[in-house]
Amino acid sequence: MKKVLEVKDLNVFFDTYKAEVQAVRGVSFDLHEKETLAIVGESGSGKSVTSQSIMKLIPMPPGKFAGGSIKFNGEELIDKSERQMEDIRGKEISMIFQDPMTSLNPTMTVGKQIAESLIKHQNMSKAQARKRGLELLELVGIPNPEARIDQYPHEYSGGMRQRGMIAIALACNPKVLIADEPTTALDVTIQAQILDLMRDLQDKVNTSIILITHDLGVVANAAHRVAVMYGGKIIETGTVDEIFYNPTHPYTWGLLGSMPDLEGDSDEELQAIPGTPPDLADPPKGCPFAARCPYAMKVCENHMPDYFELSDTQKSACWLLDERSPKVEPPESAKVGGSKRDEQ
Amino acid sequence: MSQPELNRAELEQSDFEPLVRDEAEAEKISGESTSYWQDAWRRFKKNKLALFGMGVIVFLGIMSFLGGPISGYDYYTNDYMVTNKAPSLEHWFGTDPLGRDIFARTWYGAKISLFIGIMAALIDVIIGVIWGAIAGYFGGRTDEIMMRIADILYSVPYLLVVILLMVILPQGLWTLILAMTFTGWINMARIVRGQVMQLRSEEYVLAARTLGANSNRIMFRHLVPNTLGPILVTLTLTIPNAIFTEAFLSYLGLGVQAPLASWGTMTSEAISALQYYPFQLFFPAFFICLTMLAFNVIGDGMRDALDPKARK
Amino acid sequence: MGRYLIQRFGSMVVSLFFIVTITFILMQLAPGGPFASEKKIPPEIEQQMNEKYGLNDPLHIQYFNYLKDVAQWDFGPSFKYTGQSVNDIINRSFEYSLLLGLESIFLALSIGVFLGVIAALRHNTSVDYTAMVIAVLGISVPNFILAAALQYFFAMKLGVLPVARFDSFLHTILPAVALATTPMAFIARLMRSSMLDVLNSDYIKTAKAKGLNERVVTYRHALRNAIMPVVSYLGPLVVAILTGSFVIEEIFDIPGLGAEFVNSVTNRDYTVIMGTTVFFSALLLVSILLVDLLYTLIDPRIKFGKEGGKS
Ligand SMILES: Nc1ncnc2c1ncn2[C@@H]1O[C@H](COP(=O)(O)OP(=O)(O)OP(=O)(O)O)[C@@H](O)[C@H]1O
Ligand SMILES: [Mg+2]
Repeated sequence: MKKVLEVKDLNVFFDTYKAEVQAVRGVSFDLHEKETLAIVGESGSGKSVTSQSIMKLIPMPPGKFAGGSIKFNGEELIDKSERQMEDIRGKEISMIFQDPMTSLNPTMTVGKQIAESLIKHQNMSKAQARKRGLELLELVGIPNPEARIDQYPHEYSGGMRQRGMIAIALACNPKVLIADEPTTALDVTIQAQILDLMRDLQDKVNTSIILITHDLGVVANAAHRVAVMYGGKIIETGTVDEIFYNPTHPYTWGLLGSMPDLEGDSDEELQAIPGTPPDLADPPKGCPFAARCPYAMKVCENHMPDYFELSDTQKSACWLLDERSPKVEPPESAKVGGSKRDEQ
Repeated sequence: MSQPELNRAELEQSDFEPLVRDEAEAEKISGESTSYWQDAWRRFKKNKLALFGMGVIVFLGIMSFLGGPISGYDYYTNDYMVTNKAPSLEHWFGTDPLGRDIFARTWYGAKISLFIGIMAALIDVIIGVIWGAIAGYFGGRTDEIMMRIADILYSVPYLLVVILLMVILPQGLWTLILAMTFTGWINMARIVRGQVMQLRSEEYVLAARTLGANSNRIMFRHLVPNTLGPILVTLTLTIPNAIFTEAFLSYLGLGVQAPLASWGTMTSEAISALQYYPFQLFFPAFFICLTMLAFNVIGDGMRDALDPKARK
Repeated sequence: MGRYLIQRFGSMVVSLFFIVTITFILMQLAPGGPFASEKKIPPEIEQQMNEKYGLNDPLHIQYFNYLKDVAQWDFGPSFKYTGQSVNDIINRSFEYSLLLGLESIFLALSIGVFLGVIAALRHNTSVDYTAMVIAVLGISVPNFILAAALQYFFAMKLGVLPVARFDSFLHTILPAVALATTPMAFIARLMRSSMLDVLNSDYIKTAKAKGLNERVVTYRHALRNAIMPVVSYLGPLVVAILTGSFVIEEIFDIPGLGAEFVNSVTNRDYTVIMGTTVFFSALLLVSILLVDLLYTLIDPRIKFGKEGGKS
C-alpha cells in the first residue's frame, strides 16, 4: 500500500517561561492509503502536539520543530512556507477537534463555515458552496439541512456539531483526516454513530485517518493499526490484533488493563496505572515509563531502548524484549478475551 | 534521537537486574514541590516592572515621613518673600503662591494621598469581603437581596455618588473616605461572592473525599489562595483608583481642605497658574502618576503571579 | 422585540424613580437651605422665595410635586441663576458635552481596539510591550493632569492648538484626547486579552485548519468574537466619559453640562444638582439599553435579553 504520510524522528519543543517542554521526542510513523491509524496514550503524552505538527498548526513561538521530517505524498512539509501550507490544510489534510462545543465559530452560521473552505480550495461561488454545503450536511446525517445550514452552532446539539465539524473537514475530500479525540466529549450512543459515520465516509472518499483517542474501545472498533504514545514517544506500535492479543510493552499492558470490558460481564477489576507521567520539561534519561513500570530494570533508568521488531508491523521499545532480561508474562488484566474485542 | 547511539551489546547482564527504587528519593522529589505562595512569589520576582513598582511605593512611603524634615521646611508656613519661586537650592521643588516649600508639601501630600488611598481601599475590601462572603455563603434569597441592593447602588456612576455625598457631608478627611467607600466596596463584594460560590461547591466535594485531619490542609491549599489571591489583586488595583478619586475631588474643591494638603489640592492650585508656573503642577502631578503607575504594575504583576494559567 | 423594549422601558422608569427619590432625599439632607450661603438676603425675602418655590410645603408634598414635574421632564427653576430653569441650562449646554463625548468615545474605541489587536497579534514582541506600556501609562495618568499637560504643551508652549473654548473642531482635539485616554487604555488591555483568548480557541484552530490565511482568520473569525467584552465595556465607557467631562470641561472652559454640574455643586444650586443627576442617570440608562441592543446584533447567541445556548 502507498504511504500517504511519513513522519520521521519528529521533535517538537515548547519554550515556556519556566523551561523547555519536550512535548514530542523522536516520533516516527507511517500512514498508508485508506488506513486508520489510532494514536493512544494518556493525557499529556503528546498526541495532540504530534497531530497538530503535521498541519503545522503549533503556535511558533512558543513551539518549535527540533528536528525530524514530515512527508506528505513524498513532499517535506516542514520546509513549506505558511502560504504553501494554506493550500494543503483543509484540502489535502483536515482536522477534527475534540470538543465540538468550542471548535465551531459561535458567531458564524454552520453553512458559512463549511462554505469557506470550498470557496478557498475549489474556487466555488457562494451559491455553489451553499449547494455543496447542503449535500455535505445531508451526507453527515444532519436532518433537514435546508433549515440547519443557516443556523448558528449554538442551535445544534453536541453530536450535530461534531457532524458539522466532519462536514467541514471532509468538504474538499482530503487525503488525510486527523481526528483528535472526536468522540471524547460525546455520550456513548452518539460516539458510536460518529465513528460509524467516519468509517462510512472513509470508504466513500478514500481518506486515510489518524484517530487520536484515550479509549481502547474506540480503537478496537475503528482502527487498523495502533501507535501507543507515552512521554512524548511512541513506545509500541502494531496492528490492532497485535496490540490487543500480543502486547509487549508494560505500558500497553497497563492501558489494556485499564480498559473496561466491553460487555461488562467480567468481574475483573479495572487496573489503574499507579504514578504520574514524566515531567516533559525535564524528561528522564532512560525509558519514560521506567518510574512507573513494575518490571523496571537498572538499564531502563539510564537508556532508552531501541525498537525491537516483533513482526513486519509490530515494534516495541522495551528492554524486557532483550534476551538477557528476565522472562515476564503480561498480567491477567491485560489479556484480552474474545469479549473485549468487538468483532469488526 | 536525543542520545548517542547505544550499542546493545555493551550492556552488562547486571543492567538487567530489577530496579530497586529508592523510596526516600521519591519522597524527596515530591517534597520539593513548593507551596502556592512561594511559587507565586517566585513568579512575581521575575516581573521587573512589578518590582520597580514595589520599590517606588517603599520609597514614597519612607519619603512621606522623611521628606519634610529633610527639606527643613514645613508644609503650611506662608513666606511672602519667596512666592512662586522656581526650583532652586533653597527650595528644591520651588515654592507656591503663598511661598510654601513645594518639596515639603509634596511629601506631606504623599502622606495624605497614600493614607486616603490605602484606607479607602482597605475599607472597601473589608465591607466587600463581608458582604460578598455572606451573600455567596448563604446563597438563595439572602444572596438575591444583597446583590440586588449592590446592583442598584452600582448603577449610579461612582464619581457622581461621591460628589453628591460630598455635597451633603461636612468636609473632612474621614467624610471623604466615607463618601469614597459608600459604593466603592461593591466591586470587591461581587468578586468575593463569585469565588465563595464556586468554592462552596468544590469544598463540598473535597470534604466528602477527605475527612478530618486533612481538612485544614485543604483550607490552606485551596480556599485561602483561591479567595485571598483575587482579594489581594483587587485591593492593589483599588488603591490607584482611590488616589485618583481623591485627587479628582480635591481638584473640584470637594476633597481635603486647607490646612491639609494632598497631591490633589496641590494639582488643583497649580493648574490655575499653569501658564506661569508649570513646575508647581509638575511635582504633584508627577507623583500622582508615579504612584498610580506603581500600584497598577504591582497589581498586574500579582495577578499574573497568582494565576499562572491566565498569564499572557 | 416590542415586548422586550416595553419591559426594558418599564425597568428604566423604575430605576429612574429610585434615583430621583434618592437624590431628593440627599438634597434634603444637605446642610442649610438653598439660599443659606447668600447671607445678604434679608429674612423676609428668603421667606418670600421659599413661598414662591414651595419650600414651605411639607416634605412629602414637595416630593410628589417634584416627581410630577420630573415625569413631565421639568426639573424646576435654578435657585442661583434667577429666571433660568434647569431645563434651560441642560438644553443650552448638553450639545457641547454630547459632541465632545461622542468624539472621545470614537477615539477611545478606535485607538483602544487597534492597540489591543496589534498587541495580541504580535504577542510577546516589542509591539506588544510598547502597546501595553502605553496602556498602563494611560490608566495611570489622571485625565485632569493629562488635560493640563496637553494644554500646557500644545496650546501654551507650541501654540498649535487653541487653549480653551469650544468654537471649532480644532478646539475639540485636546479635551477629547484627555477624556479618551484612560478608557482607551482600558479598552486596549481588554481587547488584547480577549483577542489572545480567542486566538487560542479551538474554533480559530478550526479556521486555520481549513487553510484560511492569517488575515481572514483574524478579521473574519477572531475579531468579531474578541470584540464582545469591549461592547460590554461601552456602559462603563459612557460613565468614564461623563464623569471625566466634569473636570475636562472646567479646564478647557467648555460651556458643557459637566461644567454646569460642577458649578451647581460649588454654588450649592440644589435643583440644578438634582436635575443634572437625574438627566445623567437617564442618559446612562438609555446608553446601556443601546449597548444591549447592539450586543444582540453582534452575538447570535443572545436574543433580546434571553441568553441563548451560550456554551
Ligand atoms: N503551547 C504549549 N506550550 C507549552 N507546552 C505545551 C503547549 N502545548 C502542549 N504542551 C505540552 O505538551 C505536552 C503534550 O501535550 P498534548 O496536548 O499533545 O497531549 P495529549 O496527548 O494530546 O493529551 P490529551 O489527551 O490531554 O489531549 C503536554 O505536556 C503539554 O503541557
Ligand atoms: Mg490532546
